[in-house]
Amino acid sequence: MSRLQGDPPRAASPDGADSDGDGARTLARNQQRRAPGRRGDDGSREQAMVPRAEFRSYYERPVLKPPVWEWKIPAYLFTGGLSAGSAVLAAGADLTNRPALRRMSRINALMTLLASGYLLIADLGRPERFHHMLRVAKPTSPMSVGTWILTLYGPGVGLAAVSELLPSKVRRTMPGRLLDRLARPAAVTSAALAPAVASYTAVLLSQTAAPAWHEAHPQLPFIFTGSAAASAGGLAMVLTPMHEAGPARMFAWYGGVSELVASKLMEHQLGLASEAYTTGRAHQLRTWSQRLTTAGLLGATLAGRRSRAAAIASGIALLVGSALQRFGVFEAGVASTKDPKYVVVPQRHRLET
Amino acid sequence: MIGDHSLSGPLDDVAADAGHLDHPPRVGFFTDTSVCIGCKACEVACKEWNLVPEDGLNLLGMSFDNTGMLGANSWRHVAFIEQQRPLGNQDTGLAGLPTGPSGTGQMTEVVAPALRHAERGGGELGTSPLSVDRGSQSLCMPSFELPGAATGTEGRTDFRWLMASDVCKHCTHAGCLDVCPTGALVRTEFGTVVVQQDICNGCGYCVSGCPYGVIDRRPHDGRAQKCTLCYDRLRDGLEPACAKACPTQSIQFGPVDDLRARAAQRVEQLHERGVTEARLYGHDPNNGVGGAGAFFLLLDEPEVYGLPPDPVVPTRDLPAMWKYAGIAASAFLAAAVAVFAGSGR
Repeated sequence: MSRLQGDPPRAASPDGADSDGDGARTLARNQQRRAPGRRGDDGSREQAMVPRAEFRSYYERPVLKPPVWEWKIPAYLFTGGLSAGSAVLAAGADLTNRPALRRMSRINALMTLLASGYLLIADLGRPERFHHMLRVAKPTSPMSVGTWILTLYGPGVGLAAVSELLPSKVRRTMPGRLLDRLARPAAVTSAALAPAVASYTAVLLSQTAAPAWHEAHPQLPFIFTGSAAASAGGLAMVLTPMHEAGPARMFAWYGGVSELVASKLMEHQLGLASEAYTTGRAHQLRTWSQRLTTAGLLGATLAGRRSRAAAIASGIALLVGSALQRFGVFEAGVASTKDPKYVVVPQRHRLET
Repeated sequence: MIGDHSLSGPLDDVAADAGHLDHPPRVGFFTDTSVCIGCKACEVACKEWNLVPEDGLNLLGMSFDNTGMLGANSWRHVAFIEQQRPLGNQDTGLAGLPTGPSGTGQMTEVVAPALRHAERGGGELGTSPLSVDRGSQSLCMPSFELPGAATGTEGRTDFRWLMASDVCKHCTHAGCLDVCPTGALVRTEFGTVVVQQDICNGCGYCVSGCPYGVIDRRPHDGRAQKCTLCYDRLRDGLEPACAKACPTQSIQFGPVDDLRARAAQRVEQLHERGVTEARLYGHDPNNGVGGAGAFFLLLDEPEVYGLPPDPVVPTRDLPAMWKYAGIAASAFLAAAVAVFAGSGR
């Protein structure tokens, strides 16, 4: 666990502001201050877990730069995880002779990977320079590590999906037969790399100065791999016949439970940074994510093998729940850079103890 | 290559660690804010020399600070803080004069809500103009009254003005440099940290990697920008433009070892003269970034100047992060194997 944790050093006295008259002392009135503001309507009926924190700041201006990343990054976190989960399901289905699950999962893995590529490149400030990512391999940069993971992961996913999409006329030709034969080893190789694809994004967010992301480094990998498994299982439940979707339902179960448990732990174990997850827009998004994931898991268990309609509805709930989790985690990190208290209070506490 | 020592902690020869075999001494800044007069010559000289574009013409209401913070288009930033207390044993000559209390508290009341309404919560300062949603208060000086008009003699107070020129810290363990996936950010032979503009593809990772909120992506240009410690001038044996322009030698440039000694001397001198609140910030090689190449003498806590009190390079926890990710990835794979093995062929 990191040293950055901690409760705020002291609760504010009611007349605490400006007692020494320097004017720079600030009260972070967790609820009150936000009441008329942008983040006031967080729908939270819970009591704030952390007492009112008193800290000093420069005109309450942020200390950190909020991320320049837009919606495309949390969207990629979702599509990347979905691709990784699908690749694993595809390989498993292939090895256990479930052709429908194999076919859909291979295609899903490629489609979501293509979407990921678009989202990642479009978010760059200079998209035409995307290939500069391949100049170096840099262990200290999770983005560089991730680039290479994706570079190794992509071809196998592509090959396996193309082999599914070949028209039967081409399939009978020499190159067609070769491709067919290569599809399984290629897909299995990609599936072996898929856990890295699903988990590196947690390190990517954690290795930032954004307190809510950095502090969550023990929990985020479980939330992200869980979310990946839940979404891939959900998509397979939507697209494949019930008799083949058994492993997909169980994979979704593992993912959903892992995500929900890690997510709850994160809300209670991060000290002040937990507040970024339990207030504001992040809280709203994650509350809905938890509701939908829970509903999806219940639906999949109770009716997933009896009713096609229920399987589809549960699958969609899991997909949306997974996506909202990614957006919620993203929002929490951004919020923790905009409010100086997340930076100043724990660091001051650390200096004084 | 990534032993614990190179991820955090003190590092004797930062340029050699980056692969520069024969290199000049590490250089940096010692910014002595006790003699800063807030003239902003450093901001102007930096902009002129480095052709840094405009960052928005705002009236921020933060005393005389209309820059706000460092950013893609502000590589030096002068902070202004008004406080109701004397500076050391100085006589401000205000006794008996109709001076009101400092406006800082009042200014914060006006400025802070407006910043929260801005798109990046005020983090866009130094990079682009504030874009504030309609319906929030406008940013302006909070009072048009004469100083002291609202209060009687009992409100007449002492006063000091803190001014500090902030800059990129050129950390020994630089968060921005560690996370850069293209190799655009490099350690120069002078031990400084510079973005190679022909390499950067604007991924934005460095913006979130910096524990000081220094580097940012320039809108429309799309690349990350920050202080280069005037790399071009260093190569020609000149001092950086801001240090050259500083009229009070508040900004001192030189080899980091010399500057550390000078800073220790200066803080001792100030303590002797009764300025007991003087303290150094960022100089210690044992701090969270392994010691900054640009460090400061401050007269109050760092957060009062908008600086993080105890920043730590995020890379320090990298081994722990990968450990947790590895466990989660293994569980993910094990679950996949189990669901297929369990359900049979």
